[in-house]
Amino acid sequence: MTQVLTFVRSRQGKTVIGFFAAVVVIAMFYAAQPQVTQAVLSSTIRHSTPLILGALCGLLCERSGIINIGIEGQMLMGAFMGYMVNVWTGNLILAVLASMITGALLGLLLAYMSISLKLNQVIGGTVLNILAVGLTGYFYMVGLTTAGKLTTFPLGPLAKIPLVGPVLFNNGLITYLAFVLVFVLQIVIYHTRWGLRTRAVGEHPHAADTLGINVIANRYINTMIGGSIAGLAGGFLTLESVGSFERMMTNGRGFIALAVMIFGNWKPFGAWGAALLFGFAIAMQTQLNFMGINIPHQFVGMLPYLLTIVVVAGIVGRARPPAAEGVPFEKE
Amino acid sequence: MDDNVPVLEVRHVTKRFPGVLANDDVNISLKKGEIHAILGENGAGKSTLLNIIYGLYQPDHGEILVDGERIDLRSAHDAISHGIGMVHQHFKLVPVFTVTENIVLGSEVVKNGLLNMREARRQVRQLSKDYGLAVEPDTLIEELPVGVQQRVEILKALYRNAKILFLDEPTAVLTPQEVQDLFKVIESLRERGVSIFFISHKLKEVLQLSDRITVMRRGKVVGETTPQEADEKILAEMMVGRDVILTVDKEPANPQEPVLTVNNLSVMGDQHALVVDNVSFEIRAGEILGIAGVQGNGQSEFVEALTGLRDVHHGEMIINGKTMPFNNPRVLVENYVSHVPEDRQKHGLVMPYSLVDNLVLCTYYQEPFSKGIVRQEEPMVESAEQLVEQFDIRTPSVTVPASNLSGGNQQKVIVARELSRPVKLLIVNQPTRGLDVGSIEYIHSQIVAIRDRGTAVLLVSAELDEILSLSDRIAVMFHGELVATMDRAEATREGLGLLMMGVTGN
Repeated sequence: MTQVLTFVRSRQGKTVIGFFAAVVVIAMFYAAQPQVTQAVLSSTIRHSTPLILGALCGLLCERSGIINIGIEGQMLMGAFMGYMVNVWTGNLILAVLASMITGALLGLLLAYMSISLKLNQVIGGTVLNILAVGLTGYFYMVGLTTAGKLTTFPLGPLAKIPLVGPVLFNNGLITYLAFVLVFVLQIVIYHTRWGLRTRAVGEHPHAADTLGINVIANRYINTMIGGSIAGLAGGFLTLESVGSFERMMTNGRGFIALAVMIFGNWKPFGAWGAALLFGFAIAMQTQLNFMGINIPHQFVGMLPYLLTIVVVAGIVGRARPPAAEGVPFEKE
Repeated sequence: MDDNVPVLEVRHVTKRFPGVLANDDVNISLKKGEIHAILGENGAGKSTLLNIIYGLYQPDHGEILVDGERIDLRSAHDAISHGIGMVHQHFKLVPVFTVTENIVLGSEVVKNGLLNMREARRQVRQLSKDYGLAVEPDTLIEELPVGVQQRVEILKALYRNAKILFLDEPTAVLTPQEVQDLFKVIESLRERGVSIFFISHKLKEVLQLSDRITVMRRGKVVGETTPQEADEKILAEMMVGRDVILTVDKEPANPQEPVLTVNNLSVMGDQHALVVDNVSFEIRAGEILGIAGVQGNGQSEFVEALTGLRDVHHGEMIINGKTMPFNNPRVLVENYVSHVPEDRQKHGLVMPYSLVDNLVLCTYYQEPFSKGIVRQEEPMVESAEQLVEQFDIRTPSVTVPASNLSGGNQQKVIVARELSRPVKLLIVNQPTRGLDVGSIEYIHSQIVAIRDRGTAVLLVSAELDEILSLSDRIAVMFHGELVATMDRAEATREGLGLLMMGVTGN
């Protein structure tokens, strides 16, 4: 009995209980309103994909000690370059790669500013955001056409499971990639040499340095890999979700991704849960509009942003960011 | 291998930092299974030397030999691969990692691309058993006391097969009990053939522990000796380069009118519990009242309350006949109260500020440093240069940030600032913690000098020697109360020790 109680109070216990509670609630809704439930959940996954990718970018950077508030800019540039390569070549795989490379290059710029120039990292991230808005706004041309976008494809028999199948296993390439990346990064960060070193570099770079770990290289690489994931989030918008580019189309997702990262306590699984919650808030926003509930749509539209404020204000005090975050590394 | 070949030899190492020659043609060697102490004042270049041998700094000249062969050190990694390990003065441990994670970091056990923590844990247990260094492999570092953290640091080096171990001021952060434990560990390491460089500026420890002693001063090796040949006085002179007075020379006090009267002072701690409980006392002009006590008996909060840094629960403070408001440092400063705080880097100085700015922190708004709201650079610099001269602060210039100075010189900056204006009451808390012999001597002489000029001095210190050698009257603080007050002549070390543990005799 006491063992059960300890489990219930533990972190894993709460996660398991939360998970089953969510399953039960979803099943009840599904029994009553199958189409609406499926639509809302599919929309949740769609909206959460750029958020989880953005959050994974943020947590890779921050785990190594670099604050990245330029995720928004990396996403926007990734979205734009992916779209342009799609316009020029019609090759969607090349387009996806282009978004990732663009994000990585902006990551390199951020790394150079924060690590080599030792610029304030918040300013560095802001530079990325402004640069992306400026460049994409300047070079964007109206009336471009593309050969198409990444389409959804079912994953064999998995896709036939009721509700779960169509929601999880009938998606596009980048959505699947996002699922895979969550698991990969969870393993990399907690169970590989690279992850252990990255966490050490983000917590106490001098400790890492005295053990012969190259702090500078570790930070550069993590910031660039993170950038490429943020670029992929941008690619999701233009290559899988919308299919075309619009000015400032990321619409704050890069910042919400930061809230997702914090809510997820700088952990891939945690961030995934947080991203799904935010995705659900956005999905409900659309759904409530459809249902014609008598709330002014501006209020409904606030939902995800309101959630961001609540989460960041409520969690930030308790969550524990990597200790060396934002501090340029200098040899003693 | 020939036993006469030193395991480590440093030849003609020179290292220059901007404005400082940190190591000047240093030659030193380490024999197998030897404890070799490097003794020197703060800023003598001891840590720089070890950091060079550990590959963290590149020397400008000179060479390093391991087992008679010249080695090339580009990073700590190279040093580790030559069997050199280092325990830094400030531990290099990741607080949120476990003991095992900290030990294996950088030399992880990997299986199929994933960390093999089970095997790592086993190796840590084994190592901990082999060397008698008890640690629990899965505890987080932040949950461990400092003494155990140090054990983890030593295990880190042993895990990397260190045959040569550097200990940089290993006792600075330890309690006396932990120091004795550490010495046992060091001696058992020597028995296993580990050769040890031991940096310290504490004479007693060096004499107790080492086989050989090398003394450094201002970047140079000034002599080598053994504990059999030397004693504290000889070592202190070698360190400082002149005669050192280890005891404080002072005339009997000549107390005048009361300067500070405190009635029924009670103060709350951070945990909202009473940490100073109904304390009353008085200090007269021209006397030093020493407050002895084991740390954490309310001394910090007591001093913070008296210097306006912490609100009080209850009580009254009268300085020169005027009742003072609490929680108002500016009013105290203007009533000629000076304060040398416990934590010099946190409360004594603004570390990134220049010496000029640090030296006017109390008076920047007054003539001649300000005219109206405009700061006057010239008088500030002039005054700073004068104080640097007068208080013998070793610095390349008055414009360098305080963080560039050694601990002793930082403390001198604070003392210079606090004593350079008219002072009727001086409150000093742990004035010589972590300082070297020369600086301690200097600070003590300044405190006595200011007393002789008719200032009332409140000295709070956890070092019983300091209390005994400076005070004219001694009070003991225990659990927030002043349990006894006596004249210096009545006080004995044993008696005070008992009072500090709460034994009141009757």
